[in-house]
Amino acid sequence: MGEDAFVIQLLSFYLFAFMVIASAVMVIMARNPVHSVLWLILAFFNAAGLMVLLGAEFIAMLLVIVYVGAVAVLFLFVVMMLDIDFAELRAGFVRNFPLGLLVALILFVELFVGLVAYNAGGLVPDSAAAAAQAAGAIDAGGASMSNIEAFGALFYERYLFLFEAAGLILLVAMIGAIVLTHRRRPDAQRSQQDIGRQNRRRPGDATVMKQPKVGEGVAL
Amino acid sequence: MTSFFQSLGMPYEWAWFTATVSGILLIALPLMLAVAMIIYVDRKVWAAMALRRGPNVVGPWGLLQSFADGLKVFLQETIVPSAANKGLFLIAPIITFTVALMAWAVIPFGPEAVLADINVGLLYVLAISSLGVYGVVIAGWASNSKYPFFSAMRAAAQMISYEVSIGFILICVVLWAGSFNLNAIVAAQQGHVFGLLNGFAFNPLLFPLWVMFLISSLAETARAPFDLTEAESELVAGYQTEYSSMSFALYWLGEYANVLLMCTLNAVLFFGGWLPPLDVDWLPGYYIPGWIWLFGKIFVFFFVFSWVKATVPRYRYDQLMRLGWKVFLPLSLLFVVLVSGWLMWTGHFG
Repeated sequence: MGEDAFVIQLLSFYLFAFMVIASAVMVIMARNPVHSVLWLILAFFNAAGLMVLLGAEFIAMLLVIVYVGAVAVLFLFVVMMLDIDFAELRAGFVRNFPLGLLVALILFVELFVGLVAYNAGGLVPDSAAAAAQAAGAIDAGGASMSNIEAFGALFYERYLFLFEAAGLILLVAMIGAIVLTHRRRPDAQRSQQDIGRQNRRRPGDATVMKQPKVGEGVAL
Repeated sequence: MTSFFQSLGMPYEWAWFTATVSGILLIALPLMLAVAMIIYVDRKVWAAMALRRGPNVVGPWGLLQSFADGLKVFLQETIVPSAANKGLFLIAPIITFTVALMAWAVIPFGPEAVLADINVGLLYVLAISSLGVYGVVIAGWASNSKYPFFSAMRAAAQMISYEVSIGFILICVVLWAGSFNLNAIVAAQQGHVFGLLNGFAFNPLLFPLWVMFLISSLAETARAPFDLTEAESELVAGYQTEYSSMSFALYWLGEYANVLLMCTLNAVLFFGGWLPPLDVDWLPGYYIPGWIWLFGKIFVFFFVFSWVKATVPRYRYDQLMRLGWKVFLPLSLLFVVLVSGWLMWTGHFG
């Protein structure tokens, strides 16, 4: 252990970090949007690897389950069905370039300001101090306390109301999306399946036994 | 196993490395053999239910049929359609196959016999199984062909739908077991009902969840009656239509490895994994090694899978979606409330 393990950790950190950045660059460089989404998935995956290195295995698994397993599948689903004319997309590049540059600049300055402010000491409100105290309590629990238990202790005891509020906001967003996109069709009878009616249906309702004599036809 | 290699005089790092690699080989190689044999079993069971003989030519009782098939596809030419997206077309089956093998890392074959005994074992299984959809979706898109594309669309929607209810079912199991570690979940099932029966499925509150889990695992692995992704009457062979040779075989192997994995999860989460069904130490079965019990349970579940495939007609697509979203999702959510309420009421959490 000791020195060797540290070297291995360092090497794997650089591997994951390099892969995250490289695939993030490929997301915007790829010509095909489907390839972009696949590079994005690779970036998520390597970010999960970084989380494992940090010892945050719960976050890593959630990252894979939620982002790779659900969100990116939906992305892929939509992008695959789009019929995008790539030449047309490229044509707007020069026109939109100054705007993109501006946004990138603002983001960079914000990051920089944030970093400087953090180095200068940062804001320490009461709740943050309390959180640090709670984290200390978790540390006191020792290495035996798993990731999930630590999260549970924070989410369901200290930050219960904030956590529930976040859940409520998501619920409202979901209901809002359904309400906005749901429309009642005038021919609802025809377009919707009535499972009860389908299950009640018996062979007698759909078929008729006829035994015509030779030379006779059947009137339907 | 690390300590065994250390006792041979290796330093710790090398012992750990050798132990892990041999552990991986000990799981992956028998798994490949099991997949080959389980395909034979599937065909035999299916044939028996249709009053046919099934494979009976290659080897005694046709036992070597899968190996003959494997050799055949190995010697065939790999055809890449000219309109296909070549790189992704070739990567897709590799993804399916790799992902099907990865999940086995956390499956406990005995009290000590786990490759990776991690705290978040069940979440790892969920994460890996949610990756399985990519092999199918990428194949459907990269083939640049109509039927595979339809199949990819279906697969994406189907797997996401059923993962939601599987998640809620697993939450109930985890609540009762108090851990995400698969070995701890197995241990929690010892003497679960009256101190006599090992397995969550014998608990009346969890039994309906097991039924839902079994049906969801059929849907998750796209087995009949939920095999809409490769419905041969509508989509030729679904996402595999353009595949040939080894890339086709990788789908075959990956699919059956996934089916075996789902059978194993049924056994581990609801039927006590490597524990004997009865927790009575004077019964002769009590001292049979755990992995034999686990394999027996996997085999029983696989028989159920084959049985369903041989007898149940295919679902319509809207029925599949209705079952997932309108029946299983509310029911499993209700059971999360019921189970957690019961556990709180009986003071399970102390």
